[in-house]
Amino acid sequence: MTLIGDAYWLPVIFVSLMGLALLLYAVLDGYDLGVGILLPGDQESQRDMMIASIGPFWDANETWLVLGVGLLLIAFPRAHSLILFHLYLPVTLMLVGLILRGVAFDFRAKVPPHDKNLWDWTFKGGSLLATLSQGYMIGMFVVGFERSWAAFGFALLSAVCVTAGYCFIGGAWLVMKTDGELQMRAARWTRLSGWLTALGIAAVTGVNLIGNTGIFSKWFAMPVLLVIPLLGGLAFIAVEIYLRRFPVAGDAGCWVPFVGCLVIFIASFFALGYSFFPYIVPGQMDVWQAASASESLWFILVGTLIVLPAIVLYTIFSYRIFWGKTRELTYY
Amino acid sequence: MLDTFLLSRIQFAANISFHILFPTINIALCWFLLFFRVQYNRTGDEVWMRCYRFWVKIFALSFALGVVSGITMSFQFGTNWPGYMETVGNVAGPLLGYEVLTAFFLEATFLGIMLFGINRVSPRMHTLATLLVAIGTGLSAFWILALNSWMHTPAGFEMRDGVAFPLSWWNIIFNPSMPYRLTHMLLASGLTTAFLIAGISAYRLLRGDHKPAPRLALKTGIFAAAVLIPLQILMGDLHGLNTLKHQPAKIAAMEAVWETHSGAPFTVFAIPDETARRNLFAIEIPKAGSFILTHDWNGEVKGLNDFRGEHPPVKPVFYSFRIMVGMGMLMLLVAWGSSWRLWRRGELPRLGLKILVAMSFSGWIATLAGWYVTEIGRQPYLVNGVLKASAAVTSVAPANVGFSLTLYLSLYTVLLVAYIRTLFVMARKSVLVDRPEDLPTLQEKLNPITQTAHYRKNTGGVS
Repeated sequence: MTLIGDAYWLPVIFVSLMGLALLLYAVLDGYDLGVGILLPGDQESQRDMMIASIGPFWDANETWLVLGVGLLLIAFPRAHSLILFHLYLPVTLMLVGLILRGVAFDFRAKVPPHDKNLWDWTFKGGSLLATLSQGYMIGMFVVGFERSWAAFGFALLSAVCVTAGYCFIGGAWLVMKTDGELQMRAARWTRLSGWLTALGIAAVTGVNLIGNTGIFSKWFAMPVLLVIPLLGGLAFIAVEIYLRRFPVAGDAGCWVPFVGCLVIFIASFFALGYSFFPYIVPGQMDVWQAASASESLWFILVGTLIVLPAIVLYTIFSYRIFWGKTRELTYY
Repeated sequence: MLDTFLLSRIQFAANISFHILFPTINIALCWFLLFFRVQYNRTGDEVWMRCYRFWVKIFALSFALGVVSGITMSFQFGTNWPGYMETVGNVAGPLLGYEVLTAFFLEATFLGIMLFGINRVSPRMHTLATLLVAIGTGLSAFWILALNSWMHTPAGFEMRDGVAFPLSWWNIIFNPSMPYRLTHMLLASGLTTAFLIAGISAYRLLRGDHKPAPRLALKTGIFAAAVLIPLQILMGDLHGLNTLKHQPAKIAAMEAVWETHSGAPFTVFAIPDETARRNLFAIEIPKAGSFILTHDWNGEVKGLNDFRGEHPPVKPVFYSFRIMVGMGMLMLLVAWGSSWRLWRRGELPRLGLKILVAMSFSGWIATLAGWYVTEIGRQPYLVNGVLKASAAVTSVAPANVGFSLTLYLSLYTVLLVAYIRTLFVMARKSVLVDRPEDLPTLQEKLNPITQTAHYRKNTGGVS
């Protein structure tokens, strides 16, 4: 059966929008989850400053997950059901993690001082639980929810890799947004988690190329696309060179690691997307099989095209208000 | 061993009950904050800003709890009720999508500015941020209640091969029960927040807080409640008429009416017995039921026996309805009594303050009870007349659902305790913090009585 007209391209548009939302989620909530995992046990003032750096943003960042999964639900309800059926337990654990860290953020600032440490640990633990579950889910998704020891092993590798990636971008965020001793520490964290991320990505790519010949031939049929991993690699090298020479006089280029991370995230995301398109559940269901009725997709598409630019604009506006190095967080 | 269906139901009920507590506060609290902010802009009196600062923290905390429990909700559709989206996803999906697009981002982004941006943006921008967050919470309520109401009174669609397809988005969104349910919920939110503000402020006064801010907040809360409660009773009545028209089985369960008859009595209290299909120990007011429901002493009320096998469980709906109405009456009494006293004497006695503290969370009880009436009242259907709940449930193993349910229940218990405790901790903290609030406010400076008091204090009481 060949699909023509909007039945063909509406699902393609929606899978791209969903991809965009999830990419923005990975980057934006990525840095604040990373900051949560990196919270040090020894210095309360540094914890305060780290949390202050993400304070105005984390809420909106997390909303991208709701939009990404929301678009999956709206546009591809059958895939949504299938994916969440297979991922029931990791989804539950991720939600518990997100709940814990989301509320810890607010409770820590309002409870009596002796309870604050407890909420800080909750924040750290919740962040870690959320990233590990997300990485595990990506791993299980990639192997098509196969139930074997090899698949579980791969998913665990992915869990570690994604967590390292979040720490990487979280550290880079701190290098950009803080100064003094904390910034020095953040630079060390970023470098370490950068190496872990690179190793993780290399391992995941290797396993995928060996284990799935379809993906291998897909990439080498279009060699020009190899520029994507190349860009990611170059970004990693740039971050590594910068951090090796850190601190730089006058704090020049404190944004380099963050932008580098951004490039790596985008490259990894495109690589993943290209490898699996048009499948929305690898090997089982493509975007056309999973799609909703065209009437519904049109209705939501019109709104999306109007509202999404507005969201982007006021998000930029909010980042501009809190531009520059983080100052102490006060409610007034 | 409990089955997946029952466990999923308990889990969804627990999730949604926990979740609704926080939006119920926040939908209205943000408008109260806007009121404080605008009053400050208008009068320049610091006391309004102190009210803002205290309540914006509670807003932030409630917002965080609302967001995280809301994310959990959105995942539940896929994890536990896949049949829901597969059957009516073409209708439900876009409504949920619009909620995320028009409301969630707006709230979350401008909340950051509202909370932490006060020294970074102009007062006008900060006021605008507060307004946008308030609009965001309102839009969120609009979309989710449109969807919820559609599940009660579905319209504007057709079924093709067992899947719902949209015909008219206008009819889907503005389905017959939507305007009533939305207004009823918005008023419920206003009342819940009004009583919370009054209760926490009363607590501060009882703890010896002599600053003007809690007194002002107390007044704001009580007067708002006094205005809103009669509106809510009127709205509840209209909503009831609407339900009678579209969901007679729900009304029959609310009133525990078994046989259809004209001039039905109003049952003040009874123990409905579903196996014998009659009421035990019933205390009834003759013909009042027909009058309340149809506004006619001899109006016909359909009985449960007309809907055998298709009506909701009677007991929970019947009792929840009575709890809601009872709480509403209590709110009316307290709000009007306190207003009258405030009006005449300018302040409340300690007993009055204690009653208000006890009523701090009365809105939660009434709102939850109301939602139980409407949601349990829709059973056995998930979408009235279209999809039964039992047809939508997942095939995930019961052990997995049991595991997640246990996690959620323990988490929610801890969080609820922590939340309530924190509200009172914050109130106590604000009693002790004297620094900026020690300064006389503009209100006091301009008030001849307090001016003399200051003068006396400053001259050692000799004048």
